[in-house]
Amino acid sequence: MTKVIIDGKTFEVEEGLSIIQACEDSGVEIPRFCYHERLSVAGNCRMCLVDIEDSRGMSPKPVASCAVPISEGLIIHTKTDRVKSAREGIMEFLLINHPLDCPICDQGGECDLQDQSVAYGYGASRYEQDKRSVENKDMGPFIKTEMTRCIHCTRCVRFSSEVTGADEIGAIGRGRDMEITTYLDNAVQSELSGNVIDLCPVGALTSKPYAFSARPWELKHTESIDVMDAVGSNIRIDTKGNKVMRVLPRVNEEVNEEWISDKTRFFSDGLGLQRIDRPYLKENGKLKEVSWEKAINVLSNKLLSSKPEEVASISGDLPSIESVYSLKKLMNFIGSPNIECREDGSKISGNRERWLFNSKFSGIEESDGCLLIGTNPRYEAALINSRILRKSKESNYSIGLLGKENQLNYGYNFLGEDPRTINDLISGSHAFCSKLKTMNKPIMIIGQGALTGNSGEDFLNLCIKLASKYNFLRHDWNGFNVLHNVASRPGAMEVGFLPESGGRNLDQILEGCNDGKISTLFLLGADEVVLGDTSDCFVVYLGHHGDNGAHQADLILPSPAFNEQNGLYLNTEGRVQESVRATFPVGDAKEDWEIVSMISKKMNLDFQINSFDELRDEIFKSFPDLKKFDQCILGSLPKEMKNQNIKKHKFCNAVENFWLTNSITRSSKILCDRNQFLAHEALEN
Amino acid sequence: MLKDKDRIFTNLYGFEPCSLKSAKARGDWSNTKDIILKGRDGIISELTESGLRGRGGAGFPTATKWSFMPKEPTGKTHYLVVNADESEPGTCKDRDIIRHEPHKLLEGSIIACAAMGAQVCYIYIRGEFYNERLILESALSEAYDDGLIGKNACDSGLDIEIFIHHGAGAYICGEETALLESLEGKKGMPRLKPPFPATSGLYGCPTTVNNVESIAVVPTILRRGPGWFSSLGRKRNEGTKVFCISGHVNNPCNVEEEMGVSLKDLIEKHAGGVRGGWDNLLAIIPGGSSVPMLPKEICDNVLMDFDSLKSVNSGLGTAAVIVMDKSTDLIKAISRISYFYKHESCGQCTPCREGTSWLWEMMEKMANGQARVDEIDTLLDLTKRIEGHCICALGDAAAWPVQGLIRHFRGYMEDRLIKTRKKIMVEN
Repeated sequence: MTKVIIDGKTFEVEEGLSIIQACEDSGVEIPRFCYHERLSVAGNCRMCLVDIEDSRGMSPKPVASCAVPISEGLIIHTKTDRVKSAREGIMEFLLINHPLDCPICDQGGECDLQDQSVAYGYGASRYEQDKRSVENKDMGPFIKTEMTRCIHCTRCVRFSSEVTGADEIGAIGRGRDMEITTYLDNAVQSELSGNVIDLCPVGALTSKPYAFSARPWELKHTESIDVMDAVGSNIRIDTKGNKVMRVLPRVNEEVNEEWISDKTRFFSDGLGLQRIDRPYLKENGKLKEVSWEKAINVLSNKLLSSKPEEVASISGDLPSIESVYSLKKLMNFIGSPNIECREDGSKISGNRERWLFNSKFSGIEESDGCLLIGTNPRYEAALINSRILRKSKESNYSIGLLGKENQLNYGYNFLGEDPRTINDLISGSHAFCSKLKTMNKPIMIIGQGALTGNSGEDFLNLCIKLASKYNFLRHDWNGFNVLHNVASRPGAMEVGFLPESGGRNLDQILEGCNDGKISTLFLLGADEVVLGDTSDCFVVYLGHHGDNGAHQADLILPSPAFNEQNGLYLNTEGRVQESVRATFPVGDAKEDWEIVSMISKKMNLDFQINSFDELRDEIFKSFPDLKKFDQCILGSLPKEMKNQNIKKHKFCNAVENFWLTNSITRSSKILCDRNQFLAHEALEN
Repeated sequence: MLKDKDRIFTNLYGFEPCSLKSAKARGDWSNTKDIILKGRDGIISELTESGLRGRGGAGFPTATKWSFMPKEPTGKTHYLVVNADESEPGTCKDRDIIRHEPHKLLEGSIIACAAMGAQVCYIYIRGEFYNERLILESALSEAYDDGLIGKNACDSGLDIEIFIHHGAGAYICGEETALLESLEGKKGMPRLKPPFPATSGLYGCPTTVNNVESIAVVPTILRRGPGWFSSLGRKRNEGTKVFCISGHVNNPCNVEEEMGVSLKDLIEKHAGGVRGGWDNLLAIIPGGSSVPMLPKEICDNVLMDFDSLKSVNSGLGTAAVIVMDKSTDLIKAISRISYFYKHESCGQCTPCREGTSWLWEMMEKMANGQARVDEIDTLLDLTKRIEGHCICALGDAAAWPVQGLIRHFRGYMEDRLIKTRKKIMVEN
């Protein structure tokens, strides 16, 4: 600890902090624009100037507190006349060329410049000349620019190079003519670009989809989590009435720091489009609206007339643990073993440690090397990619990729896309092994694209073998990581939504649907499966969007989206988090457990779910680990297994198109536009 | 007045060729090996004794600067960077040194590298100095061919490489850290200090940046002994200095003179006097465009060195003397200087980016007589809000000339403003 004296009071703060951090820790506010704790120090706004005094006396001029480290006994003055006048001066300078268009600026109400101008400004301007105006830049469909408002703090520039690694935003020109722009005026392509909207301290970069739609003080904030990927980013859902206006990140150092991906930020318009608001039943090849009563009647009759082994269910990308658990319960009481949550055909199974991100995300910071297997983290988990990017800038950090070659925004050793190369890595004959050997805390990240196909499980076993061969698995270090790309999967795996003994797996269920062996199929929000000819099979879709699943269904039962009900999710590192209701469900939608309960009642099955709380208590009783909110429930070290034939194994892309991965994103006009825009740009270049 | 035998730059006017042969005939490269073999401590202590202060403008003792470099090898390359990005309006000393005495610079670079344990030297030459670059390059290849630079430079056992890099024409790249950024291939924007270049400079390695003149005088000082150098000039302002005299004089020139020469003597003896006689003098900017100007009353007696100019609230800067006689529109002249700083501000930090353009706009208004008298106070306050609040010294450099004008010629400015106002009122 270091002792510093701020405005006459003595504080003990951590060593190695900068003055601005020390003041922040001690509760002394220092205004700033360019400084951001997650970006490198630029020191260019000069708003954070303070006076310091050491053994040699008062500093000859005020210093930028973001750029100067503290030392023992340093005396910091933040309230001297010199500091006050410096702040007023800077505020006046910033405002001379800043338009006074706050009434029509989307940043109004949450604008750093506005707030600090009130707190530290001069009150009036002495500037009588013409203000500068700057041409707006086209940064693509997400970021709206009003470059005249820019105060050149360069946060966006630093974000672009340090967090996304894409280096898309920069400054051209000098002096007053300096302008922030994108490389060759292209749109920004990064999956994290939307974060510059939050970073921008003024209204220069604002959200295009959200433009002019609400004021911050009109919004209701709900703290929730994101389900667009399996990272489980902590988000804040801002609603006005029953409409989700925007999604913003919340700080969670362990998970998303304070970023979210663009998919998370901009999916929200999809929640209002293509919604299923009442039950539909297919009669004579056409879907017709029906009452809940009739729908449940038809369904229970169908179930009662089917043999247990003729019933199957597949759960999709978005359902919460509660939804999955209640459907599993129904299947158990019907007596059907055919349940499956691995909608993409991945072959993960077994104990938790075989399918979780065991090192946790924070393990990436600790690691000293990384081996990516069959994954494109940039698409599957953009925030994890950003963490790897940060590590990649350290010297001696080597990254290997075995799988499809992709642009990851950092350099890596490409080990080919033949899965059998893993045998060379195990035997030590591969050139990359020399690097693997030197790593003390390496991490291995295996994507779902490496684990599909018949030999997926064998390949997973080989990965465990490779991990045991090097330092990935040690008694004090577990660097064996399976990366999920859908939010629901780890939770569904945890509650065992998997084929029971004698049950059919995904391929066999699909086969059964086509040859008539399966007569009733539940799709719990499953939109990624292609069923083929289902004329002999009664397909029931429980979900919220009229997407692939509903198109193939005979009976559609509306249930709320993740933001319209409470629900537990496990993220890919096994962290228990709760998604919280932010808006009310549309139309007649009923929560999945209610639907299950109605079916059970109608079929006279021997169980009832009376309330959500009761359901959750029951889940906690069966899976006590799920009570550990915001903690990672991890297993032990994965054990090697035999049976390792991967002759015909192939890698595939788990996420082909980053923007359109689930029913909500496919319904979002903004994300569809973005997708088209990308395709258009690709054609042009 | 400096005697001919005490001149360092004996070929400053280019009466003799600048070739290696000719340079050797003038005494360059004569016992470089012996000088290098004095060792790091030997060179630095002799330089300390000589009292040499940096010739780039700030006047920081050169030997002290060199002593900041790590004494022990750090495992990294140590760099010497010679700042030949001479762009200060009125200054043209480095250009003539490179034109006519390139070997003094190269020899000085080798000695400085030896004194700091640097293995590599970059000479960052201003982009506009195209011909000078060609001269320097040919001098460099001559020296390489002669074994003076490169492996076992001057037979001293040290390997020292010198590279010439030319800039792209930005004044700000003459600021030492902006120069390093530019050298690394980035946008020329000054870095935050600390860390200082001696700890983390070019490519994160220990680096020292020196002005051309500071480096070029080193061989002669060490050859003739520090006592000789310190016997010239005044205490704490020892030695000789190349002065660049321009503006309203009969014979604008570069001249090497003793430090502490009186300003009047300098102009009368070397530049043929002020146009129309000394009494026709209005003001002088004594050290390049960035220092405050001096009115005639002060110019009558002031001595030209760091400390005496500082005591009259100005500075020696680069010793570029800009003389303005009574025909000069002083406000317009300073306004032009403000335009220069507005144009050359890198745009990184707020006070300089916004302040320099505001200054220029205000100065234009003043020059045209469109401003109100009370705006002179606003202008002065503005310069105070820029000064000392920026990352580098460009903001200060923009503020000082305006401060100098207001300090000494406030009446002159008020007259202008009142007269123009009256004229407009009569016309209407």
